[in-house]
Amino acid sequence: MEYLKLIGILIVIAGFALKLDSILIIFLAAVSTALVSGLGISGLLEAFGTNFVSNRSMAIFIMILLVTGTLERNGLREAAAAFIRKFKNVTVGRLICIYGAMRAFFGAFNVGFGGHAGFIRPVLLPMEEGAAEDENGEVNPEYLEEIKGMSAAIENITWFFFQVLFVGGSGALLVQSTLSGLGYEVELIDLAKVEIPVALTALVLSCIYFLLKDKKLRAKYKKH
Amino acid sequence: MTYFLSPDVTLSAKLLECVYIIIGLITIHAGIKNLLDKENPARIGTFIFWTSFGIVCSLGRWLPTQVSGLLVIIMCLPPIFKRVKVGKVNAPTKEYSRQQYEKIGMKIFVPALLMGIMSLCFALLTKISALVGVTVGVFIAMIILMIYSSDNKPQTFLHDSERFLSMMGPLCMLPQLLGALGGVFTAAGVGEVIGNMVSTVVPAGNVTLGIIVFAIGMVLFTAIMGNAYGAITVMTIGIGAPCVLAYGADPVVVGMIALTCGFCGTLMTPMAANFNIVPVAILDMKNRFGVIKNQVVIALTMLVLQIIYMLVLK
Repeated sequence: MEYLKLIGILIVIAGFALKLDSILIIFLAAVSTALVSGLGISGLLEAFGTNFVSNRSMAIFIMILLVTGTLERNGLREAAAAFIRKFKNVTVGRLICIYGAMRAFFGAFNVGFGGHAGFIRPVLLPMEEGAAEDENGEVNPEYLEEIKGMSAAIENITWFFFQVLFVGGSGALLVQSTLSGLGYEVELIDLAKVEIPVALTALVLSCIYFLLKDKKLRAKYKKH
Repeated sequence: MTYFLSPDVTLSAKLLECVYIIIGLITIHAGIKNLLDKENPARIGTFIFWTSFGIVCSLGRWLPTQVSGLLVIIMCLPPIFKRVKVGKVNAPTKEYSRQQYEKIGMKIFVPALLMGIMSLCFALLTKISALVGVTVGVFIAMIILMIYSSDNKPQTFLHDSERFLSMMGPLCMLPQLLGALGGVFTAAGVGEVIGNMVSTVVPAGNVTLGIIVFAIGMVLFTAIMGNAYGAITVMTIGIGAPCVLAYGADPVVVGMIALTCGFCGTLMTPMAANFNIVPVAILDMKNRFGVIKNQVVIALTMLVLQIIYMLVLK
């Protein structure tokens, strides 16, 4: 009978894997776990209420939204684009590293420039295409495909590993509250500190990897 | 009021409660705006969602827990029935933000970085929660933006935050709901059951093996679920706590690095469509796995390095 308690976990895993509505999954998992473990309706309300209230710290992103939109309205994206456009006559590999470093730095302050749709496609990609053109002004389509893949990848990698450096980011808050529920109290600043070497390694590693990869691609596709 | 006057409550806790009240008011504003918005195709559902969240967020400390629980369930209903929609969007035009850029220029980075700087200052220099620091940073940033341009009025910030809340939609509540679900799991004793199961595989007290299983488990679960936040709750309760932390390993190192191990899973799975599949379309790529292909080497290397890091620091 003990194993019935695992139904919630099964629902979470299967639900996400089947791409059901995320909120529905959590709702069903909570209700069924509470029911099979004998918490009953009032126990469920009690557990859900207490835990949702004790997890309110994760709503801090809403406070940040007070300025996110207005920063965008006042030209944050244009400023970031102007900054990266200062780098002229550099290879695709270097552009990817420059963007990676910039994304990483600002990501650690929880500032973004629009990601794949808002920045890579309108700003970075045209610059990379310019850098990849051969003497006829053309870019080999296979090279272009790789450039796109590398650019999307550097966006994901730097954002993932550097967002955890922001003290108040939802990842660390979730870890903090999960640990707290289990009886371990940890500070947000310590959670951020422990990620510093990891984040820097991820950035350096990706830069080396994409620089080498681009060097190879350039030799193969860009004819002079 | 007694809460705010009580000498037994720390200043940090009182200020944090103010932060939650403000957040609640922001979402209640979003709820009311959408209720009155004739262009929103689901006015009532959208209103119920944001407003019930706002009430729990701002009054959570004082409401009876069962009432909070009921409000959370009410909040979950509109998104489940797809009745949370976006209303009238007041986005700035490209020309407008271009003009503003020409006026403000690179100075825009000052308010942008302030939230992070203030949260660090509060975390390092005071005993007050870093989240209060974030809030102070937000308010200073608002003042700076108002000085930069007289177009930025208090209601501009409210309208823009509503625009972003609606754009993110109900899914932005995912981390908090997962956190609450983790609490329900713990209350129900789910951790012990998994712990007993796993202890048949991982010998009790073998922290090294425990860490490796925890890290790889995070990657696999995240890859299946497409979401590291979902995985971290389940895995920490199920494996992290009983197999690793129970034997004295450092919860800061193991608890946190496990999350970024999970991110390695996110980098390798098509289930994380927002990061790995949607960009393929945005960038007009031919290969559906063109993004993932460029991430696998980094993800696997980072996983190995992080496992070593945890083993060294545990």
